[in-house]
Amino acid sequence: MMMNYFPDEVLEHVFNFLTSHKDRNAVSMVCKSWYRVERFSREKVFIGNCYAIDPERLISRFPRVRSLTLKGKPHFADFNLVPPDWGGFVYPWIEAMVKLGVHLEELRLKRMVVSDESLELLSRSFVSFKSLVLVSCEGFTTDGLAAIASNCRFLRELDLQENEIEDRRGHWLSCFPDSCTSLISLNFACLKGEVNLATLERLVARCHNLRSLRLNHVVPLDTLQKILGKAPQLVDLGAGAFVHDPDSETLNKLKNAIQKCTSIRSLSGFLEVAPCCLPAIYPMCLNLTSLNLSYAPGIHNNELIKLIRHCRKLQRLWILDVIGDKGLGVVASTCKELQELRVFPSDLYGVGNAAVTEEGLVAISAGCPKLNSVLYFCQQVTNAALITVAKNCPNFIRFRLCTLNPTIADPVTMQPLDEGFGAIVQSCKGLKRLSLSGLLTDQVFLYIGMYAEQLEMLSVAFAGGTDMGMLYVLNGCRKLKKLEIMDSPFGDVALLADIGKYETMRSLWMSSCEVTLGACKTIAKKMPRLNVEIIDEGDQMETSPDDRHRVEKMYLYRSLVGHRRDAPDFVRTL
Amino acid sequence: MEGYSTEQEACPQLLDLIPKEREWLVKREERSHGVSEEKKLELRLGPPGEHWTIKDCSRDNSGERDESLLTLGCFSNMSSMTHNANTSGAKRGFIDTVDHKTIEGTWIMNNKGGQTQKFSSSESPWASSGYQVKTQQQNHQTRAPYPQYQSTPQGQPVTARESSQPCCTKVVDLQNAEKKTFSPASANTAVPNSSQKRSAPTPVVGWPPIRSFRKNLASSSSLKPSPESEKVVPNKASNEKPIETSRKGLFVKINMDGVPIGRKVDLKAYDCYEKLYSAVDELFRGLLAAQSDSSADGMKNKEEGEKPITGLLDGSGEYTLVYQDNEGDRMLVGDVPWHMFVSTVKRLRVLKSSELPTLCLGSKQEKLTPDAS
Repeated sequence: MMMNYFPDEVLEHVFNFLTSHKDRNAVSMVCKSWYRVERFSREKVFIGNCYAIDPERLISRFPRVRSLTLKGKPHFADFNLVPPDWGGFVYPWIEAMVKLGVHLEELRLKRMVVSDESLELLSRSFVSFKSLVLVSCEGFTTDGLAAIASNCRFLRELDLQENEIEDRRGHWLSCFPDSCTSLISLNFACLKGEVNLATLERLVARCHNLRSLRLNHVVPLDTLQKILGKAPQLVDLGAGAFVHDPDSETLNKLKNAIQKCTSIRSLSGFLEVAPCCLPAIYPMCLNLTSLNLSYAPGIHNNELIKLIRHCRKLQRLWILDVIGDKGLGVVASTCKELQELRVFPSDLYGVGNAAVTEEGLVAISAGCPKLNSVLYFCQQVTNAALITVAKNCPNFIRFRLCTLNPTIADPVTMQPLDEGFGAIVQSCKGLKRLSLSGLLTDQVFLYIGMYAEQLEMLSVAFAGGTDMGMLYVLNGCRKLKKLEIMDSPFGDVALLADIGKYETMRSLWMSSCEVTLGACKTIAKKMPRLNVEIIDEGDQMETSPDDRHRVEKMYLYRSLVGHRRDAPDFVRTL
Repeated sequence: MEGYSTEQEACPQLLDLIPKEREWLVKREERSHGVSEEKKLELRLGPPGEHWTIKDCSRDNSGERDESLLTLGCFSNMSSMTHNANTSGAKRGFIDTVDHKTIEGTWIMNNKGGQTQKFSSSESPWASSGYQVKTQQQNHQTRAPYPQYQSTPQGQPVTARESSQPCCTKVVDLQNAEKKTFSPASANTAVPNSSQKRSAPTPVVGWPPIRSFRKNLASSSSLKPSPESEKVVPNKASNEKPIETSRKGLFVKINMDGVPIGRKVDLKAYDCYEKLYSAVDELFRGLLAAQSDSSADGMKNKEEGEKPITGLLDGSGEYTLVYQDNEGDRMLVGDVPWHMFVSTVKRLRVLKSSELPTLCLGSKQEKLTPDAS
């Protein structure tokens, strides 16, 4: 009540202190005047599903938006479950923002299709554009990058993470004009093609505020050494190729340069690496808080171990499973500040040795009291291990465990892994994200429904026995936002039990389950604010499908703007 | 909600289903016998000071389970109707979501105050009797880790939520396929899921869940230079890109002066010159020694015995390592970065250092005759 006596400017000033989207969203719901003030002062907007709203409506509500984050394809698109051309085009958004006079400064996209055309339009239209972050996107080439480099005069950030970028062998890097000195962050690690090394060196030399630089695999150690000499202020470094004769002058120069780079806290890359050169970076390790060697092939575990022993302050570690259980034991005893661990597989087809087992994870859980986020690929896991991990780490926010064989039982007891994962959700009361694997019955979903009160995202594959499994989750997890299920026997009963629930969620993905076309149609009919999309790559669409047909892939999401108009042929919106 | 009507139709059939179920239960019990006797795993986790227990308890209780399913069957009708009455569009379908948790809460570390059930009145009469039975059985059967908490939830319809409306589905499913069972027991049969669809050691689209980026990295990783990793053909469904040739084994011939039989060495097994030198050393040391023993070939080095071949790097020793590059030229090993060397080398040769001057002639001949200079 009292707040009504404050002028809008005061309210706006207060709201400025709210940084999270959730907080701002909450504030806007308090009353009409707060809604009004909030919407005119909102500068950063996050849209978790680009099809939930359209740009026109967004801009009319938030006309002063300067920073937009958009996510496109469903998460399982990362694993090739979504055909290309499914959608997630950013062009209409950029076009709309241009038309409606938005002063865009930042654009962050994930899993979207970005064309060169959209990059060109972007670069020419927004005078004060500062930051472009593209994660897991596709559809553009180095020509698009050239446009950004040429036209965005105040560009501070160009961050390309794991995108599919066609290399046109242009000289996009040379398109940064000599007058460009504003770069703070440049990440082109995912680019496959050549870059002009001399241009790169000059660019780095003139951008005195450069804090983050991630190179691609063609940048040799030689160039790295020169760059480090010119940018000792770097905080985040992604090495390209780290290969050289260890006795060479170049490597000596590198070591000297590294000594001067006292600010580096984050290290990644090593896209090609000669392990015998690694000791050169030991001095950097002492202050590292983040280390990502998950793209670095060919480092043996004893070399990794030697490196890790220097990294006492590590908070985030992404590594390949060649580190082995022994190596993880070293991590556990060395990295007491560790919060996030990701262990990726190096041997996908299980031909070689099981590099990490549950023992490594248990060791980490015992040794690292601050651990709150885990992604762990392993051959097998036992309930006992998971229970121990749960006991040791009640603070997990994210727990993702992936057994390479998706339906493997506990190898000791031959039991399903229900109890193990049950322990995790019971112990970790703040768990927001969970990915399951291994042999799992409905029981684990009962546990999840019962205990995972904060769970927002759940990924399920080859799990469950009956519709009950899915029902437990839908009924129990109040905060569930994203549910994605593949190859599990959940069908119409589960799907239809509480369709209102889906409006409280961002999206539901079900592929290779037991849901039928009829059930999907039912939902679509009853819930106008849900889009129910069937992805059909086979013949089913042509031979007028029966409602009893099993649907291969269904993607369901809430939307304020109805069916999308850019769906390709193989996507049918019911 | 939409799904409920089907359950109601299905429920009356339960009594017919149960005998069949019993058979099935017996079967399961037999199977589980064999397995469970061997398992003595007891790991405990629980509230402060207490522990969970994992036991393979199914064999104890499958007989009792029959009863529980019976009682389940009777109640399902009631409870599903109840659920129907209480559900509404936007809210969750199960009336006792919270309540269920509360009950279960007695098992949880932060004991949520041991509140008793708050089911709607239509359920309570049933709750006190039938559900109790189920409670115990259910605990043993599917809730294996919490047997020590049995005493607390006595009289509390612990699994009410689980056992009510959906039980019809469950039982129906049980009849339909042995696949869809209370899988904890069925899993005792060490057969990975009776559902064929789900027993997948073969590569499956979407599994393991890693991005293409990483898959290519993993498949082309030169971590294990042993032939095993090469056998894995990465052209499976989930792998989009072919391996770059630079990642496969790179075998080049290597000959040594004075040794008529050459060797082959896999350059991909090394990542720097030092390792190459020591490998070459090992390869030829033995051969050289063997030859120096036999005078048949009229070779030199008799007096050297098994002296290690050293100084390949800088020509200070007796031997020097050279190579022939992709342009046919003979080059000294060690000048260029390792990865560049690997990409251009075609064959290797260990020369006697005294013969180095003859290299200046750019000779491509393999055999160099000893030169006086």
